[in-house]
Amino acid sequence: MAGDRAASIDPNALSWYEASARQRVVALVDPGTFQEILPPAERRMSPHLPLFDLPRAFDDGIVVGRATLDGSRILIAAQEGRFMGGAFGEIHGAKLVGLLRAALELKPRAVLILFDTGGVRLQEANAGETAIAETMRAIVDVRAAGIPVIGLIGGRAGCYGGGGLIAGTCSRLAVSEGGRISVSGPEVIETNKGAEEFDSRDRALVWRTMGGKHRRLTGGADAFCADTVPAFRQAALALIGRAPAFDRDTLEAEQARLEDRLARFGDCRDATDVWRRLGVNDPEAVPAMDTDAFDATVARVREADHDAR
Amino acid sequence: MTLAEILASLFPEGHDVTVRDGLVSGAGPLSGGRITVIGIDGDTPLGVDGALQLSRCVLDAIRAGDGAPILVAVDSDSQRMSRRDELLGLNECLAHLAKALLLADRSGHPTIGLIYGHSAAGAFIATALATRILAALPGANPSVMDLPSVARVTKLPLDKLEDMAKSTPVFAPGLDNMVATGAVHVVLDPDKPLVDQIRDLIADREPGDARDRLGAERGGRPVARDVARAVIDQARRG
Repeated sequence: MAGDRAASIDPNALSWYEASARQRVVALVDPGTFQEILPPAERRMSPHLPLFDLPRAFDDGIVVGRATLDGSRILIAAQEGRFMGGAFGEIHGAKLVGLLRAALELKPRAVLILFDTGGVRLQEANAGETAIAETMRAIVDVRAAGIPVIGLIGGRAGCYGGGGLIAGTCSRLAVSEGGRISVSGPEVIETNKGAEEFDSRDRALVWRTMGGKHRRLTGGADAFCADTVPAFRQAALALIGRAPAFDRDTLEAEQARLEDRLARFGDCRDATDVWRRLGVNDPEAVPAMDTDAFDATVARVREADHDAR
Repeated sequence: MTLAEILASLFPEGHDVTVRDGLVSGAGPLSGGRITVIGIDGDTPLGVDGALQLSRCVLDAIRAGDGAPILVAVDSDSQRMSRRDELLGLNECLAHLAKALLLADRSGHPTIGLIYGHSAAGAFIATALATRILAALPGANPSVMDLPSVARVTKLPLDKLEDMAKSTPVFAPGLDNMVATGAVHVVLDPDKPLVDQIRDLIADREPGDARDRLGAERGGRPVARDVARAVIDQARRG
């Protein structure tokens, strides 16, 4: 159903943020090449959600499969943020883990993960948490085999909780303005530490602290995309071509990069303070910049580009 | 067991493991060589600063190149929840620590987690769950989220959740449930010397990720292993 609709939509006109997981995948890869693994027809549904009287999804909120991208074979996974917030349940997580393990055997040009997740699905918390740990180990194995793992982040649910840790394990990340990457979400911080620590209703604060522009400027993401499928496709292709190795040199470089970040910005209260110290002339203007203006700003920030991930 | 008791049972001949600001680091003798110890003590939350201190220790151990095992002892809170931590990229720092542990294991330094107290969420994933073998001591209390918070998010009454928790390991906090899902490989016997038990775990470790197999055998994750296998099978055929 969603697949048919996706096929009839001009992929260039699709908003990444608004699109479903299946629409994103079908529009991102070479036309007609996506073959879904464990498609909805197989009805692999959560054995746990009925205990909570909650509806289930035939795909448990994640689409996985094979395709080609610019002619090269890839494996691809996409989380559906509109089902349970894209959260990791037992089957959801196992589909991603299985895909990554398959990559070790099939040796695709890359594995793409289209994140759209609030983190662990609380109704299946222990299974979700364990699957996140399995996913991180599998990503490391895939990267060590020389296969880039590229994360694309621009969905409605953002990339939170364990999703943020998985993202930090990928070779490269592309993010859009709407993509947010964080461990504790705004509501979680406010609930635990109070509105003085983090006012979750202050949406501008959320975007400044966790949004795609802050992550891109500080080197937390490697490409910034407009909210379109072609932008993410172009970013994915570019990032596949310059993925860092997974070895001691890379992790030593990441250690130095992150230590340097804490030393330089550890006393900043707000993202605008960080951007000013990064040399951005008019930090207050960053949130309203269009993609071209923002790209020009990023190009002047040395810290934004690195091989230390 | 307290950290001091654990270290005494591990290293009857002494060690140089210290705790500062809740962060554990040092080493002690094992099987004629040594074992590096890192960790978190005293229900301390793990933030950007602590994560990078621990990852530094792990990278130093890898650089030594002696193949010494690494023990990750954990009694932590969840990740530190703050505006500053997220501003500074907590997801990168926690992932970096996990990657350092995964690299150590790949580089011939067996990694053993030992949870002896609490741990939760991002702190748990970045430390104990990033080791090759995760052991626990009785009384440990790993969780993703406590039941009152689960009640708030799921909008289910707490007493109903407590009832469900008795029969459903998949969502409820606690050591038994994490053993059932396969996340915790083994529960150690506090009345026997830990040094022997840890040495045996290192000697008997198996290649690959055993957690979904254990989850299937123990019933805590009934379908994960089969789903992952089905994905691999279909990917091959495509």
